[in-house]
Amino acid sequence: MASFDYEDAPANSAVPASSQSHEVLGYDPNFVPDSVKSFAVHLYRHIREKNVYEIHQMYETSFQTLSERLFKDTPWPSVDAVAHYVDNDHVFCLLYREMWFRHLYARLSPTLKQRIDSWDNYCSLFQVVLHGVVNMQLPNQWLWDMVDEFVYQFQSFCQYRAKMKNKTEQEIALLREYDQAWNVYGVLNYLQALVEKSMIIQILEQEKEGLEQFTANDGYDYDGGSNVLKVLGYFSMVGLLRVHCLLGDYHTGLKCLLPIDISQQGVYTSVIGSHITAIYHYGFANLMLRRYVEAIREFNKILLYIYKTKQYHQKSPQYEQILKKNEQMYALLAICLSLCPQVKLVDETVNSQLREKYGEKMIRMQRYDDEAFAIYDELFSYACPKFITPSAPSFEEPLVNYNQDAYRLQLKLFLYEVKQQQLLSGVRTFLKVYSTISLGKLANYMEVDEPTLRTILMTYKHKTHAVDGDGKITSNADVDFYIDDDMIHVMESKSAKRYGDYFLRQVVKLEGVINDLDRIKLD
Amino acid sequence: MGREREREVQQYTVEQLVAVNPYNPDILPDLENYVNDQVSSKTYSLAANLCLLRLYQFEPERMSTQIVSRILVKALMAMPAPDFSLCLFLIPERVQMEEQFKTLIVLSHYLETGRFRQFWDEAAKNRHIVEVVPGFEQEIQAYAIHVLSVTYQKVPRAVLAEAINIEGLSLDKFLEHYVANSGWILEKSHGRGQLIVLPRNEFNHPELKKNTEDSVPLEHITRIFPILG
Repeated sequence: MASFDYEDAPANSAVPASSQSHEVLGYDPNFVPDSVKSFAVHLYRHIREKNVYEIHQMYETSFQTLSERLFKDTPWPSVDAVAHYVDNDHVFCLLYREMWFRHLYARLSPTLKQRIDSWDNYCSLFQVVLHGVVNMQLPNQWLWDMVDEFVYQFQSFCQYRAKMKNKTEQEIALLREYDQAWNVYGVLNYLQALVEKSMIIQILEQEKEGLEQFTANDGYDYDGGSNVLKVLGYFSMVGLLRVHCLLGDYHTGLKCLLPIDISQQGVYTSVIGSHITAIYHYGFANLMLRRYVEAIREFNKILLYIYKTKQYHQKSPQYEQILKKNEQMYALLAICLSLCPQVKLVDETVNSQLREKYGEKMIRMQRYDDEAFAIYDELFSYACPKFITPSAPSFEEPLVNYNQDAYRLQLKLFLYEVKQQQLLSGVRTFLKVYSTISLGKLANYMEVDEPTLRTILMTYKHKTHAVDGDGKITSNADVDFYIDDDMIHVMESKSAKRYGDYFLRQVVKLEGVINDLDRIKLD
Repeated sequence: MGREREREVQQYTVEQLVAVNPYNPDILPDLENYVNDQVSSKTYSLAANLCLLRLYQFEPERMSTQIVSRILVKALMAMPAPDFSLCLFLIPERVQMEEQFKTLIVLSHYLETGRFRQFWDEAAKNRHIVEVVPGFEQEIQAYAIHVLSVTYQKVPRAVLAEAINIEGLSLDKFLEHYVANSGWILEKSHGRGQLIVLPRNEFNHPELKKNTEDSVPLEHITRIFPILG
């Protein structure tokens, strides 16, 4: 390969030996503009010197600026072209490629070969981290993005692979040959390995006894070590929650998140993307598990948080995603509140936003007629995760698109559940009006016979009393009752608003402010 | 005694596998054996069964519909927990269209909507599916009693009879047992037969409802001790 002296070469210099690829690709993967060379050199130095703040600036801002200016619809220069500016450092090249592929997925459409190459890169990167040979400190934002992107590319691959109808011979041959790429076992086992090797669960346990400083240091290592494995392990728990939701396994997903206490701040709240992803999936899983009150509580908290803080993220590359998830969670909240009308659990600000977006639809959803089911369908489909079929296609069968199968199943089962709760809304209306009423009278009003009414009332009780992971029963009912022979006695509902958590948070916050004030030295 | 010990060791091993190495195609046969084990020894493990259903999802050609059917029956027996739905989320639609699964879904539907009479009728017509799993009847009766207990302070005998599918002398014996062991009380209703007074709990007695909504775990309070101190 011809050698070039990039220092002297003008901007539109002659193309090197891979001119053929230039024509095919429409850009030159080996051309490295000065600004990119400078970017790589500086980033490499900052990583070596563990300047986390500078790394974060370059990663968040410089990379985006350069992408916007120079690589709006082409990939960044290939890693081979950049490598010799950074001593051919193996780990740096893996990190560079990680950013390279993420940029590609965001701006362009990856080819199958590129998808496979990205998988290989993640494998290499994770293996290096798992073998404990990494001595870097990277910003939490980047470490979260790695896990998030890893799961996203897996989801994208499954969707891509399931669209068999228009696959070319070459694509099918490649899929058969590289059957390990984005294999579901591989994805899950890497995430699991990161959780285990980092010992993050034990670290979080020990933190409760004051033996560890993980959360207090935001995950960073101030003893000269590396934060990479620990923080990747931590974020992998959120990653596992997400993957399990994509598979429809909500129970296991929630179990994976269990070591993280979401009633408190933590490393997961240090990056807004991870905060939102964790709560979105937590809430969705609880919705599918019929734990409506829990879902409502968490959606309410995060929606309020986003409302107050989104202005600070306007310039960030995550802004669009934040807005999208915000809208989706309002839709999920609308669904939860239609199935479980506990409006007292929702903050005023969130409630007014909700009324604006879904007030009309929520009224119609509670009618439980055909139109109502159509709205449940619409909101669920808009807000649900992009479910996947994890198994490889059978290449012998006729080529069809089956990428919608997983979603259709989850939707069908969800609507089935809604249908089972159809008659509860009517019961609720009457219970709100009476303090006692005989079964006979209520049966009359609802135009059913007494035995049917008894089954409806038992359905109401069963559906409004959720079973949590430990087998404990909690009532989700806003209005409740008991039956004495043939008399229904309506029970007053108590307010479910929580103040304890709020006060605790404020106490800690104020202490933080006072500490900050103390630190200011006055001359 | 020796065999029981063996089984204990095996159960310990399978549960450990599920906790430590769940994403592993090699444990599929162990998980299948464990399902049969749960059936014969009247035990139950949701985590292990979900793990198996996931593996079936990853490799559909290895799915055994017989095992899946047993998992679903076990899940029914776990009601009021939503385990049956959790399992359905993981079973492909075309499999759910098979006759035995359609039946199980119908049975679940009846139980979810308190239609006990229809449930017992349908179960009677499908003994071959449900009688494979010992303890089925008792577990469903326990579920029925649970629903009645959160709904009624006093339930008419006929309603109870329909819910647990026991009548006449057998029902008398059943009631005797529960009066002696579970705090049930028998009363005479105004000329319409027996009333069973069910034990008091926070769901059928409003005065017992603890306002636990605003309770804060001690763990969280300990975090502000340094500040307060």
